[in-house]
Amino acid sequence: MIYEVFRQERRGQPFQHAGSLTAPDTRFAEIYAREQYGRRQESVALWLVPREAVREIDDFPDEFDLKYRRVDGYSIKTRLREARERAGTLETAPGAEE
Amino acid sequence: MDARTQEFLEYVQSGGQVETGDWMPDEYRSKLVKFIEMHGNSELMGVLPERDWILRAPTLQRKLALTAKIQDEVGHAQLIYRVVEDLGKPRTACLDDLVSGKAKFHNVFHYPTKTWGDVGVIAWLVDAAAIVSQKALLKCSYAPYARIMKKICWEESFHILHGRDVILAMVTGTQEQFELVQEALDRWWEPLMHFHGNPIPADEDPMFLWRIKSQGNEEARQQFLDGYVPQIRELGLEIPDPALRKDEEKGVWLYTEPDWEKLRAVVTGNGPASQERLAFRRLSREDVAWVERVVLAEAA
Repeated sequence: MIYEVFRQERRGQPFQHAGSLTAPDTRFAEIYAREQYGRRQESVALWLVPREAVREIDDFPDEFDLKYRRVDGYSIKTRLREARERAGTLETAPGAEE
Repeated sequence: MDARTQEFLEYVQSGGQVETGDWMPDEYRSKLVKFIEMHGNSELMGVLPERDWILRAPTLQRKLALTAKIQDEVGHAQLIYRVVEDLGKPRTACLDDLVSGKAKFHNVFHYPTKTWGDVGVIAWLVDAAAIVSQKALLKCSYAPYARIMKKICWEESFHILHGRDVILAMVTGTQEQFELVQEALDRWWEPLMHFHGNPIPADEDPMFLWRIKSQGNEEARQQFLDGYVPQIRELGLEIPDPALRKDEEKGVWLYTEPDWEKLRAVVTGNGPASQERLAFRRLSREDVAWVERVVLAEAA
């Protein structure tokens, strides 16, 4: 049976995929995981997940180009300039000397 | 080459990485298996020259460090064979091909370790040469292999330091100890120059073509020489190649051309210790076969 191994390097950090191992059952998987991914104190915790329990999703279509949900969906440069001109604050704005 | 393969080739050549479940050309898969399997074999065979020295290591501290290093390397073999298994070749098939002599392992593990000086030179310089290759694998186009290389490189950095410490202890010891190091260096220089392979241009190297490796053989050797020749010379050791010098203008190391035919002979099982090592591996495999049977029976 194949187990995927996730390891946490320090408390508070995310568990990251480290690799996998083959073991006849969970008991052996635990022993092998300790040996292969933890014996040098390089991990504070491990997650062992049978490979078939992992559900992968790898397609994220964006047909409608929903960029209003993202930072790159907004370009405020021109409008901000216009607003500052109108308010008469262009000279004192951050970066105005450049 | 069909269009899909061409597209795949361009993808990996532009730095793209591939996961286990992704489509890949058969040729890429078989090249990956060949390369990664040989790496796994080398880790497994690489413990044998050092194993010979566990009982003879000069202090308890050295025995413990050597044992830890050997454990690391067997661990690397485990991780690497797992990657090969996911590519379609079972571990038992890898071991069968290894003990039958069909599959290869690195040239440096076909040589005997005559003295404790050899153990130091292996731990320092052979590991240094290996790290040059392994660091270049961090960018391997096959992502699962690149990921485990991170862990492997991390452990190797301790091995180099351990090796350097062994060497420093000997070169600052008695004249006899110093000479043991010099003699070992004389023995190991040729295998070290062979280590990165013949200077085939990167573009003609299939392992580079598919971006399994990210650099050519000669590039790796130059990097090794750049890093380590000064470190060897500063200890007062002499490198047994009168032609070795750096052409400062071109920025490349010049050296006596190694005998590439000899390298080919060594890695095809005709090195001074090849057959003995394979026989030992065969023997230990038979010895522990019962463990596998018991474990699998109990788990079933």
